Amino acid sequence: MVTAEQVWEALAEIPDPEIPVISLVDLGVIKSVDVSEQRVRIEFTPTFLGCPALEVMRDAMTERVAALGAEPEVQVITDDSWSTDRITPAGRAKLRASGFAPPAPRASGGPQLVQLQSNAFRCPYCGSRDTALENIFGPTPCRSVRYCRSCRQPFEQFKTI
Amino acid sequence: MSAQQLLELADDELILGWRNSEWTGIAPMLEEDVAFSSIAQNEIGHARALYELAAREVGTTADELAFDRPPDEYRCSKLVQLRLVPDWARTIARHVIYERADQGRLEALKSCDDTELASLAAKIDREEAYHRMHAQMWAERLAGEPRFEEALAELEPLVDLRDEHVPEFAGLWEEMTEVRRSVAGATW
Repeated sequence: MVTAEQVWEALAEIPDPEIPVISLVDLGVIKSVDVSEQRVRIEFTPTFLGCPALEVMRDAMTERVAALGAEPEVQVITDDSWSTDRITPAGRAKLRASGFAPPAPRASGGPQLVQLQSNAFRCPYCGSRDTALENIFGPTPCRSVRYCRSCRQPFEQFKTI
Repeated sequence: MSAQQLLELADDELILGWRNSEWTGIAPMLEEDVAFSSIAQNEIGHARALYELAAREVGTTADELAFDRPPDEYRCSKLVQLRLVPDWARTIARHVIYERADQGRLEALKSCDDTELASLAAKIDREEAYHRMHAQMWAERLAGEPRFEEALAELEPLVDLRDEHVPEFAGLWEEMTEVRRSVAGATW
């Protein structure tokens, strides 16, 4: 009989399809895992509602749970429970190590343009705060593009959601 | 909120998503090509989630609501129906007007009695915050420019008009629904 712990371990091996350096568990999108007998029910939240990787993630979870010998039921929950504050410390470290600046903590009232245009964001390559906003939007909905004036490196900044 | 009002919101997001995506590949700067493509993707994602809620109420599917209705049943605002490429000033004016109106609507929904809808509105609003920042940045840049100010004055009255369509909506509907009209129930 499969345990919830085994399911969490299996899910921790599924990479985010768009940022494969971190797993779905690192990303904090798994809302709950319920095991009863052979049935495993997983609730997960999209990061962004228009995320094209949703079906890929759902299928990967279904496959992993089935491989444990259980019957998977994966449900997409579009409530407000996910925020970038749910990305784990391990996930943040992995993002930074691959050149993605992890999201800043969400302040009350949410992000403001003046903050994005400020020096509050750290370059993941050299650690300098002398960085500039190049584009609020980037290659996927969850990222902005910034430029480090210190080491002259453009980098991707995870948006605070 | 009635299914009809939910459809108004979903239709606005879907149609604006399509119109924004018309800048993909031809925006005046690469950054804006990326921005409008990304905003389009978000808006269509919001439309999907809203159609899914509405679909459960009326016993159908999100795809059927989005793509299988006759054109006269779409309840989107005239503002989002307009085809504005290649006019950047009017595009930014629409962006500013829409995001402001949408913010008011989302604020109201976030505190509505339907907890599922309120929670979805709050999730949508997290993403819309970035659309608003983008609109704000451009509004500041274009403030006082005659073409931009004229466009604001021209487009502002359209935001609440839903009972009729602008002529170019027909072409958008044709393009948007072509696949499912060709292959009934097509999915990807």
